[in-house]
Amino acid sequence: MAFINPRNKEVQVKIVYYGPGRGGKTTNLEHINSKFKERIRSEMVSIKTYGDRTLFFDFLPFEVGKIKGYDVRIQLYTVPGQVKYNATRRLVLKGVDGIVFVADSMTVQREKNLISLKGLQENLEAHNKNIFGVPLVLQYNKRDLKKRNIPILPFDVMEQDLNNRLKVASLGASAVTGENVLPTLKKIISATMSSLQDDLK
Amino acid sequence: MENSFTPEKLDKIESILAEDLIEAGANSVIFIDRAGNIMARQDNGHCEHDVYSLAALGAGNFGAVNAMANIVGEDEFSLLFHKGQKESLHFSKVDEESLLIIIFGKDVSLGFLRLKVAEAVKKIREI
Repeated sequence: MAFINPRNKEVQVKIVYYGPGRGGKTTNLEHINSKFKERIRSEMVSIKTYGDRTLFFDFLPFEVGKIKGYDVRIQLYTVPGQVKYNATRRLVLKGVDGIVFVADSMTVQREKNLISLKGLQENLEAHNKNIFGVPLVLQYNKRDLKKRNIPILPFDVMEQDLNNRLKVASLGASAVTGENVLPTLKKIISATMSSLQDDLK
Repeated sequence: MENSFTPEKLDKIESILAEDLIEAGANSVIFIDRAGNIMARQDNGHCEHDVYSLAALGAGNFGAVNAMANIVGEDEFSLLFHKGQKESLHFSKVDEESLLIIIFGKDVSLGFLRLKVAEAVKKIREI
């Protein structure tokens, strides 16, 4: 849950990148880190395994300027995508304000996206949150693989699979090239901030 | 869980952190929620650590250690301590939703600090 400091006029917002393993969550944050270097005063924190997979989370804080007179500090987190780390994913979701679900566009990963989204729904329920009530953006990552003749799911199929009931904003993206990484971030920040409107007096 | 405090409540918390903990020799004190947000902080003016990352990691660490506690049949471990060569960290639970993280140097005794932390936690709970 966002923490609002009425005296310093500061609000801290927690946005979590969620999705199946090797889907590009960390790559999203790395791209944001490289693009916003001047706004990010601290190093990106990554807790990884020896095999360079996310073990606990990545953490990247930065300031986006003033909204309704409040200094907004966005704290981006990723979760570990591997199936076995569900307890950790649940821990990172504690107090989440907005979520980017990073789905893997590769045809072979179709099932994994569905399982991960279902897991997100269950993990939110454990925190008494409803996936239909939390600000959420879907990112269909790895669209660039089409050029390398790797089979990817058509956008419409991913919409049907993942966004049929949620009906939230969705973007095709490539975290490796940076395509649509920042638009995804902008969308989730704006959805999250509008959900906090009433709290910012 | 409140997601905001009144300025008066923040003032009270910050003066407890300053009077009970910074005056007792702590270098920096952060009062955080379990999501990793900083709700209040104080330092001695010579501390330049990245407290936002520390808060994120501290909340995660506390959650992970509590999960370990559950595995061995404990409800929680309400106090954690990490000792370094120059700086050490002391974590304590204030209530179900908040934690106090203290950074302190080798010139402060752990026993004395724990005493001061217990007093500060009691005062914060009473606000």
